[in-house]
Amino acid sequence: MATTAEGFDNPTHADHAHDADHKPGFFARWFMSTNHKDIGTLYLIFAIFAGIIGGAMSGVMRMELAEPGIQYLGWWVEFFGGTAEENANYHMWNVFITAHGLIMVFFMVMPAMIGGFGNWFVPLMIGAPDMAFPRMNNISFWLTVAGFLSLCMSLFVEGTGANALGAGVGWTVYAPLSTTANPGPAVDFAIFALHLAGAGSILGATNFITTIFNMRAPGMTLHKMPLFVWSVLVTAFLLLLALPVLAAAITMLLTDRNFDTTFFDPAGGGDPVLYQHLFWFFGHPEVYIMILPGFGMVSQIVATFSRKPVFGYLGMAYAMVAIGVVGFVVWAHHMYTVGLDVNTKMYFTAATMVIAVPTGVKIFSWVATMWGGSLEFKSPLVWSLGFIFLFTVGGVTGVVLANGGIDDNLHDTYYVVAHFHYVLSMGAVFSLFAGFYYWFPKMSGRMHSEFLAHLHFWGFFIGVNIIFFPQHFLGMDGMPRRIPDYPQAYAFFNQISSYGYHVMAASMVVFFVNLAYAFTGGKKAADNPWGEGATTLEWTLTSPPPYHQFETLPVIEDHHDYHDHRPA
Amino acid sequence: MNLGQTRHGAFNIVAALVAAFLLVFALQGVSAQDAVGTTSTQVEGTEVDLGSPEAAVALGEGLVGDEVGDTLAGQMAPTPGKGMPVDRGMTFQDQYTEIGRDALFMHDAFLVPMMAGVSLLVLGLLLWVVVRYRRREGREPSRTTHNTFVEVVWTLLPVLVLVAIAIPSISLLAKQYETPPEDAVTIKATGYQWYWGYSYPDHGDFEIISNMLSEADAVANGEPALLAVDNRMVVPANTPIRLQTTAADVIHAFAVPSLWFKLDAVPGRLNERMLIIDEPGVYYGQCSELCGARHGFMPIAVEALPRDEWEAWVLAQPGGTLGEEETAAEDDAESEADALEAGDADAADEAAEAEADAA
Ligand SMILES: [Cu+2]
Repeated sequence: MATTAEGFDNPTHADHAHDADHKPGFFARWFMSTNHKDIGTLYLIFAIFAGIIGGAMSGVMRMELAEPGIQYLGWWVEFFGGTAEENANYHMWNVFITAHGLIMVFFMVMPAMIGGFGNWFVPLMIGAPDMAFPRMNNISFWLTVAGFLSLCMSLFVEGTGANALGAGVGWTVYAPLSTTANPGPAVDFAIFALHLAGAGSILGATNFITTIFNMRAPGMTLHKMPLFVWSVLVTAFLLLLALPVLAAAITMLLTDRNFDTTFFDPAGGGDPVLYQHLFWFFGHPEVYIMILPGFGMVSQIVATFSRKPVFGYLGMAYAMVAIGVVGFVVWAHHMYTVGLDVNTKMYFTAATMVIAVPTGVKIFSWVATMWGGSLEFKSPLVWSLGFIFLFTVGGVTGVVLANGGIDDNLHDTYYVVAHFHYVLSMGAVFSLFAGFYYWFPKMSGRMHSEFLAHLHFWGFFIGVNIIFFPQHFLGMDGMPRRIPDYPQAYAFFNQISSYGYHVMAASMVVFFVNLAYAFTGGKKAADNPWGEGATTLEWTLTSPPPYHQFETLPVIEDHHDYHDHRPA
Repeated sequence: MNLGQTRHGAFNIVAALVAAFLLVFALQGVSAQDAVGTTSTQVEGTEVDLGSPEAAVALGEGLVGDEVGDTLAGQMAPTPGKGMPVDRGMTFQDQYTEIGRDALFMHDAFLVPMMAGVSLLVLGLLLWVVVRYRRREGREPSRTTHNTFVEVVWTLLPVLVLVAIAIPSISLLAKQYETPPEDAVTIKATGYQWYWGYSYPDHGDFEIISNMLSEADAVANGEPALLAVDNRMVVPANTPIRLQTTAADVIHAFAVPSLWFKLDAVPGRLNERMLIIDEPGVYYGQCSELCGARHGFMPIAVEALPRDEWEAWVLAQPGGTLGEEETAAEDDAESEADALEAGDADAADEAAEAEADAA
């Protein structure tokens, strides 16, 4: 592998070396980009944009749920050009839950984690000049954008009827709700959005795998790679194996809808439950796709701000591999109430609990990394500490839900909503903000305000806990998911939950103020603003890095049993 | 001012935390005013919400019976807090099946201590390292990256905890899948967009169609809004029920939290699970699989009656019979209908007598 990498260290390119910072014009740079850092930036901007829309949708939903009755849905029906009446309002609700889920999963978390931070820092961390397939990298991004546009289009075309626009099927798109019961073209647009985003992700995954296997700098063995690179590698394999199954499943939906096949229609010998098996065969690895890069970022950050190497590096790397492998054989725990055989249900109960073991290894190893360290509470570390605790809370409710017999009560209730928001809205998103504050100075060349970053943290931490903790109570008391109105008994905790949304939203204002501050008044960032704990290669470059880096490949001479990739 | 470059991490944390709390309290203040406003509108505004003129009328107590109509005349009144969500409830509803009590016990005895233990352990460890290992002048961080002993411990300990959870979990599952006895009462729940149908295949195969009551009717009938229905699923208490679920259009889910029962209703499939309800009562639930626009408005109300009252109810239904029951109970007895067909008057009388005894 090192020999391949040496190919880039070619003296015939020496004449280009002096204009390593030469950038193409605006259009060529941002619309035809082949530069991994620019594409990473595009992904991050896109993810923030999609996150604002998806987050605003959750605001609409929390407003509607703040008290019993239907208050605002009619307004939104009219906003999209319909006539407010009961069924249209209720359908609007389903459109919101569908769009919120799809946007946050496919157009916020995935683009930010893999497309954004993965693109930016995998090449930098392994000492590569760029990704293996720079043009494919570009098409991956624009396919994702096209997918998002297709999803937006679905909001403006018929779902269940002329006065019910949009796809009201949930992010799971279960048949036959998505076939016979949503006959309009909205579901076709939503499915096409998944096809496009999925194709973009598959291309991105092959790109990452090729890059990581072939373009590591001399001396950067697999067992010396930073854990973030490991996490992206495992994630890329999950994407490569899981997304084609989703593509197949939703293609079968399309043909069921438009070409009279009956894959999922019992009237023609099909089976709606088959769709669920296919979907969750993708869907469960998908949740690890959304969290593994976060694990990687938190590992980098915890080590950096403890000024200590990661504890149990190999255990950490192979725990992620184990989570990825086991993640493929637990899918039916999303389907406990569908009428599984008792032995099937027992197997999935046991297999699901196994995942807690490698996850526990990771949690304890992060703590051990800090143990004996010299902790400096910069914002990335504070966000990572929040991540570790909240992910643990989301993890233990996951162990509860893993029990098929317990899930018979909790399945499809707000307990599940609380659980997966603790691991995603708090787990994945906290790691995203940790990574953002960690690498923002490197990416932009400007320092953000640490005070505002801390304020953002506390506001967000308090806000999301107020939103989601009471939802455990609602779920145990029996409140089903995906309903726009609820019995009076659930009013109190729904109201609390909606208050939390305001706090969270206010903290997001702080985030954007911080960005504005950094770009207008922020101090210039040093090459390595985080001190001697930051040992990976990106900190050896300028902030921001040159347009083309590592024209002469770095050589990793690291003979420690811990990893320090900086030149001696 | 150099907001961005404050060098004291501790200052940042404390200041930000204080500011965040101020933010929260400021918002809570605003919200509290909101809440006061909301409550008062709710009190005077029950009418406003309900809108329709009948709603206002229905609130007048004398008119309840007329407004609600005959279908509700024979319904059992629900016991407040039983079989329905509890206002501000923070845990599971009280359970009225053996499975439910077992599951609740497992949750409370195994899972809650596990959750609390793990969360507090991690929180404690984090607080400890935050306090103990914060950066101080002149202290070098350790370089330890391995410790085989603790790594083995923190792998094996979770394994033991999970095994301790898995054992009761697997036996709970086995119990949930116990096969109903031969003479169990079969009831088939069919999900439709957006109501439930309950048919009694062994008792004349009549079907009860169950629609949600409007808020006004529910209130008038003394039931929780969005949970009350016009025709309930009436079942015998203390009797094994072979509850089957299926659907006619899209997937629905038959769910009753206080019975620890949830089973998807899937078109083209007949799912089956045994249900034994401890005592008479009304038990509410809601459709629990997204099924389209009115997914939130197809509740389930199960009315469990003492066996003899339930049999009387069955006989009162159009086409309702107890015939099949007989054949199951006494193997050799011929049903009245069969006997009549065979032209055997004595046997027919016998069968009629047996039926009368059973009732
Ligand atoms: Cu339904």
